[in-house]
Amino acid sequence: MSLLEIRGISKRFGSIEALREVSFAVEAGEVMAVVGDNGAGKSTLMKVITGVYRPDGGEIRFRGEPITGLEPGDIRRRGIEMIYQDLALAPQQDVPSNIFLGREPVRRVLGLFPVIDRKTIDREAHAMLHKLGARIPDIYAEVGTLSGGQQQSVAIARALTFDPKLVIMDEPTAALAVREVEHVLDLIRELKRQGIAVILISHRLTDVFAVSDRIVTLRQGRVISEEVTARTDMQRIVAHIVGAA
Amino acid sequence: MAMTAVAKRPLSGRLGFRLESLAVLLLLGMVMAWLSPYFLSVSNFLNILLATATIGVLGIGASFVIGAAGLDLSLGSVLGLAGVVGASLVVELELPWFVGLLGCLAAGTAAGLVNGLLVTRARLPAFIVTLGMLGIARGLALVIADGKTIYGLDPTLVYIGQGRPFGIPFPVIVFVGVALFTHYILAYTRFGRHTLAIGDNEAAARAMGIHVERHKLALYALSGLTAGIAGLLFMARVNAGDPTAGLTYELTAITAAIIGGTNLFGGRASILGTFIGALIMGVLQNGLNLLAVQSFYQQMAIGAVLIFAVWLDQTARRRREA
Ligand SMILES: Nc1ncnc2c1ncn2[C@@H]1O[C@H](COP(=O)(O)OP(=O)(O)O)[C@@H](O)[C@H]1O
Ligand SMILES: [Mg+2]
Repeated sequence: MSLLEIRGISKRFGSIEALREVSFAVEAGEVMAVVGDNGAGKSTLMKVITGVYRPDGGEIRFRGEPITGLEPGDIRRRGIEMIYQDLALAPQQDVPSNIFLGREPVRRVLGLFPVIDRKTIDREAHAMLHKLGARIPDIYAEVGTLSGGQQQSVAIARALTFDPKLVIMDEPTAALAVREVEHVLDLIRELKRQGIAVILISHRLTDVFAVSDRIVTLRQGRVISEEVTARTDMQRIVAHIVGAA
Repeated sequence: MAMTAVAKRPLSGRLGFRLESLAVLLLLGMVMAWLSPYFLSVSNFLNILLATATIGVLGIGASFVIGAAGLDLSLGSVLGLAGVVGASLVVELELPWFVGLLGCLAAGTAAGLVNGLLVTRARLPAFIVTLGMLGIARGLALVIADGKTIYGLDPTLVYIGQGRPFGIPFPVIVFVGVALFTHYILAYTRFGRHTLAIGDNEAAARAMGIHVERHKLALYALSGLTAGIAGLLFMARVNAGDPTAGLTYELTAITAAIIGGTNLFGGRASILGTFIGALIMGVLQNGLNLLAVQSFYQQMAIGAVLIFAVWLDQTARRRREA
């Protein structure tokens, strides 16, 4: 049984067929790269997995159980986290609020009134950022005032705070400087070492070849190829992406 | 790298409102005290609070909805509708006072629910839905009251508007109570946090598992409920169900929310801030009254304050982002 099985997923936006019968599987602890040209359907596929979009057809199983059509909150609770391409942060809220958004721990005051446990949130957010080596001078600053790299760190910290079994990263290095990119690649290797599966979407093929175990290529909403990274090369993948082969 | 200690939350973050609005309130108070010898007295302060209570409660509803990047223009009309419903239940149907009380709250909440359903299910813009409700609720109030004011409430209901336990006007107690409870909801609970997250980035809130539509529906219902409470206070204070009650109150209520630090485009709101904002409006009106400025000019002043507050906020934001 694979960790994640995607079977025949289709998704339309009006007249656009964003996904056509997409199928592939991700094994526990592997890094699966998903590549393809702009508009190939990568982000849409990932949002179908996380429950943001409902597919028009097909089925998704996670750890053997069907998760198709579940709410994003249910899917997160089952252990799938995603770092969205646009980061999906709330710009006027502070860093801890963003990291715990939607999953705020609650304590009771006078055994009656539920309140968000801010102390725990602040402490754990701080600890997670420290573990990631993120440099954020003021975690109580509005997230929108942080640099692109810092915001990326917040999004990553949020994805890793709840012990996920699968982490989806949609272009996680797009906004980063070279040194920060290395950091993210190290992080992916570390997740793999801990047995956490990763789906990495990236248009930087050097990154893809540096960390992935397998590479799926999408073109116009279809799976064009599925290759083992160690047994292919960049030219072949480029040919799949642009459709020259 | 050694693990540094978690920094403490800044004071303004812990209080949940911006200290500038408090400074404006104090400054305005000082100016008024200087202009009028009657301003600085306990009885005048209670008058201000009493005059602020209705608007303040409405402003709280506005803060929740605007904090989630929504809008409720129907607040004033729904206030009028709620009062008429409550009054006709006790006066015309001769039902007990608490039925009238519940009638006010139910009418407000129902109007809010209709707003919420149209925004979340029919996916219409909040501006249009609540503008439509502004007309519908006012018209319905006039229909129910047959265009006349419904006089002669039960004394218990009148006490809610005119009673003074321990010398404090009852509406002031209601206002402060509602403000404290809703401050707790907005600043300390998941519901409050999610409200602001929706206003800040709706797609992100959805992706993080927040039930955005359900939440918005609750917010419009809550806004309607505050209009119901305000309608009850107004009705009880004037001892009548007046179908024209609350005309243009949404203007003052939204202004109170905005000058209290609510971001017009969502993502930021605080009930303590709105409380202060409502007091600023109250002090302004009280001061203009003491100075015997005609009420027509007061309307103009409120409108100008709203535009000025938004302008200030926008300039500050632009400077920060530059
Ligand atoms: N919310 C949406 N509404 C309409 N069309 C969409 C939406 N999201 C994506 N699309 C379309 O679906 C196709 C796939 O987009 P996307 O998944 O973002 O591609 P990728 O991430 O591979 O660049 C594109 O043609 C895009 O324009
Ligand atoms: Mg994309």
